[in-house]
Amino acid sequence: MNRDNDKGKILLKRTLITAAVMVLLFFGLIVRLYYLQVVEGEKYQMLSDENRISTRVLVPPRGRIYDRNGGMIAENMQNFQALIIAEQTPDIDITLNRFKKIIPLSEGEEQKIRRDIKNSKPFMPVKLKDNLFFDEIAKLQLYAPDLPGIVIDEGLNRIYPEQSYSSAFLGYVGSVSPEELSSDPLLAVPGFKIGKAGLEKKFENKLRGKSGNVKLEVNAYGRIMKEIERQNGIEGEPIHLTVDMRLQHVAQDAFGDESGGAVVLDVHSGDILAFVSVPSFDPNLFTNGISLANWQALLQNERKPLTNKIISEHYSPGSTFKIVVALAALEEGIITEKTRFNCTGAMKLGKHKFHCWKHSGHGWLNVVEALKHSCDIFFYEVALKLGIEKIASMARKLGFENTFHLGFNNMQKGLMPDKEWKEKRFHEKWQQGETVIAGIGQGYVLATPLQLATMLARVVNGGYEIVPHFTKLSLKEKEKIKKLPISQKNIEIVKKGLFEVVNGVGGTAGRARFDVNGAKMGGKTGTTQVRRISLKERKSGIIKDADLPWKLRNHALFVGYAPHDNPKYAVAVIVEHGSSGSGVAAPIASKILKTAVELGI
Amino acid sequence: MYEVNFNRKLSLKEKFFSLSGGYVLCILLLTAIGLFTLYSAAGGSMSPWAQNQLIRFCFCLVLMFVLAFMDVHLYLKYSYFAYFVVLFLLIVVEIYGHVGMGAQRWIDLKIFKLQPSELMKISMVLFLAKYFHGSTLAQIESVKGIIAPAFMALFPTALIILQPDLGTALMLMFTTMVVFFCVGVQMWKFLLLGGGALVFAPIAWHFLHDYQKNRVLTFLNPERDPLGTGYHIIQSKIALGSGGVFGKGFLGGTQSHLNFLPEKHTDFIFTMLSEEFGLIGGVVVILLNLILIIYGYMFAYRITSYYGKLVVIGLNTNYFMYVFINIAMVLGLLPVVGIPLPLISYGGTVMLSVMASFGIILCMDINRNVNLGRRSFHED
Repeated sequence: MNRDNDKGKILLKRTLITAAVMVLLFFGLIVRLYYLQVVEGEKYQMLSDENRISTRVLVPPRGRIYDRNGGMIAENMQNFQALIIAEQTPDIDITLNRFKKIIPLSEGEEQKIRRDIKNSKPFMPVKLKDNLFFDEIAKLQLYAPDLPGIVIDEGLNRIYPEQSYSSAFLGYVGSVSPEELSSDPLLAVPGFKIGKAGLEKKFENKLRGKSGNVKLEVNAYGRIMKEIERQNGIEGEPIHLTVDMRLQHVAQDAFGDESGGAVVLDVHSGDILAFVSVPSFDPNLFTNGISLANWQALLQNERKPLTNKIISEHYSPGSTFKIVVALAALEEGIITEKTRFNCTGAMKLGKHKFHCWKHSGHGWLNVVEALKHSCDIFFYEVALKLGIEKIASMARKLGFENTFHLGFNNMQKGLMPDKEWKEKRFHEKWQQGETVIAGIGQGYVLATPLQLATMLARVVNGGYEIVPHFTKLSLKEKEKIKKLPISQKNIEIVKKGLFEVVNGVGGTAGRARFDVNGAKMGGKTGTTQVRRISLKERKSGIIKDADLPWKLRNHALFVGYAPHDNPKYAVAVIVEHGSSGSGVAAPIASKILKTAVELGI
Repeated sequence: MYEVNFNRKLSLKEKFFSLSGGYVLCILLLTAIGLFTLYSAAGGSMSPWAQNQLIRFCFCLVLMFVLAFMDVHLYLKYSYFAYFVVLFLLIVVEIYGHVGMGAQRWIDLKIFKLQPSELMKISMVLFLAKYFHGSTLAQIESVKGIIAPAFMALFPTALIILQPDLGTALMLMFTTMVVFFCVGVQMWKFLLLGGGALVFAPIAWHFLHDYQKNRVLTFLNPERDPLGTGYHIIQSKIALGSGGVFGKGFLGGTQSHLNFLPEKHTDFIFTMLSEEFGLIGGVVVILLNLILIIYGYMFAYRITSYYGKLVVIGLNTNYFMYVFINIAMVLGLLPVVGIPLPLISYGGTVMLSVMASFGIILCMDINRNVNLGRRSFHED
């Protein structure tokens, strides 16, 4: 009985210990619960939001671009693309193979996708295919359970309705490269395109707009359950250009198969009315990443479609430079309208002999006649008397060595040599012979067609320092255009010469003349050597330029303006290896100016 | 030896009035909370879980009362018998398991799946209670006196390990040890057993199947699990922690409803409950369970018979194990083992076993003044 009592006592004692331990353990659970929900509650609240809230960047539509008349030349089109998010797919190979059964991928495409997946963070979507058709989207959605990590995204594609007619100035858009990444979240959006060249690049900040974002609640499988918050972005600003596509078409078509370019300016404002570089390319090719074949074709074309001939190439201005020399000489008082020189076909300077293009000579002529016939001897004499410094000073006033803040890629600055430049460049003294050939725009002198058009515009508008540009000037900006210290009288003399070039009997560009209700054009031809003519060739003089291989033929240049009485349009035309300024470049310029006058832009 | 007036059978009316109303209320409250949570887990719908659970509970409630109002002498009389029947079932299921790999470990009763291992938890307690009821303290403290019950406990445990259901096996082992501890087995024997287990384990390991070894390894080290039990526990902590003090509101648990939380209606239901009802909800559930367990100890204290005391202590320990392991697991304190939260988690097996335990506990309490002499059943 006693032992039974002890048995009960032990049971009571041991049970109390057990019960106490259990109560303690339960309070331990409460403490742990308190720790997780209250002490660390905020942290888990945050993690919970991270879990369920997915923030996506909303891409605003890129600003549209319009021509002078409100025609759309760059717009956005809906584009459905398939993306893959690496971390959401258990096996990329299996998923890709399944995808390929629905939408075939070329070997090159697949390689690119695998490279992209490797190079991007696992949560960043990588593009598999874009421009999906509706039946392809339907199939992808049907097989979605077998394609983990593949999502269909709706985006906007940049398209250029004018195709190759707009590539010279619009440039194109392309994918963001790593060095272009900035704090703008848009740049990290897969497939986002930014301006890579031309105006698309220059106006990138305006065109891009501001990103918006949307907060979505997603479940554990990434499916969107509902939208929590949306902040719409700001659409890119539209850009209205000064280019007139009607004139652009005529100007570009006028080149036919030639290689070269043309730029038309409004002489009073500097508005660029047409901007042609041929052969051109279709900028739509670049929007979705250009194919290797197309890219190779563009790169290997000897007429260099990717080089902008208006601003990225500079040429010897040749005889078109005589406008600058004539005006400088008149302004400096070296010559007057009546001053005459005798052209005998050649001029001796020390040991050197300088020839006129017309070996028989022009005889006595004044500045108007010298421009009309493009006499070299006259300008040799004038240049010698002026000196290179005065020529360079006038050339720079008229826009040489200036890129006009156009902001395009690979712009050439051109070159207006002077004594200081030669000293710096070659550590040599300037030679008088160099002044002589500079007087006819040869030698070191280099200018882009845009500079030549600007030069002519600044002359024929009465000496106003206009700057070529693509967007219309405000009234205030127009008032700010400065007048250069050039006398109207001298300008009229030069203009008379330029008028005679086209309209005078025996002018070098007589074939280019037109008359639209009394509106006529003036201008100046230029033909510049691409190679040196050997003494032997000069003596025999029988090899015709047109018989040479294309690459060795002379460049043909023409600068012109219209109407002569009240100039409104200035044009510069370059036909690479076109042989003759008068025969090839002048007719193109004529066609362009005539159209401009007829359109009355 | 005993007073005759306490040895007579109680009438049903007497039994009903000595039933602990508070105990039953706690059970009803916990079940109600469980039904609300299951309703929310289904996105605000009775189907597929809450409705089934309610039907099962009604059945179990009837069972609980039947067991509670049964003659207490029957329990004592059939304690050994019940143990051997369940042991037989366990062996049958084990043999089936060997014959066809992946065969069922349960017997299908349509509404419930009867798991012999689950029944063993109860019958083991009854067996040990009867055994120690009939032992003297001297026998308990002798080595000879505890070899038989120790073997009787280890044999089914080993069978369950082989199933392999380590969670249940460990629970069974732990309950057994608590009973051994309470009856007064000396501490040094536990230490000896612990040392013996360490020596024996490698030998036992040798006899396990590869898949059984894998299960054990995964249990010991959840990171082995390629699907990442670690992921489950992180998500559980996020869901629970983000609930804060007041919770996200009924039907408002984002992590649970967006499927970040796995097994939200079964093993991880406490997490979902804490996400929606916050610290307050979680603490209420823990306290209700604590009250149930304290009730159990109160019963054990006032029950006069040694058998009754021991049955209540054993079953109470068993219930405590369920609740503690489940909550500690979702709070990230214990490795993830498939043990549900009784009365709240969806599922019939555990509910059946737990409600049956409650019925037996209540029966012991109702008959608290019935004196079951050490050898009284022989004279019955």
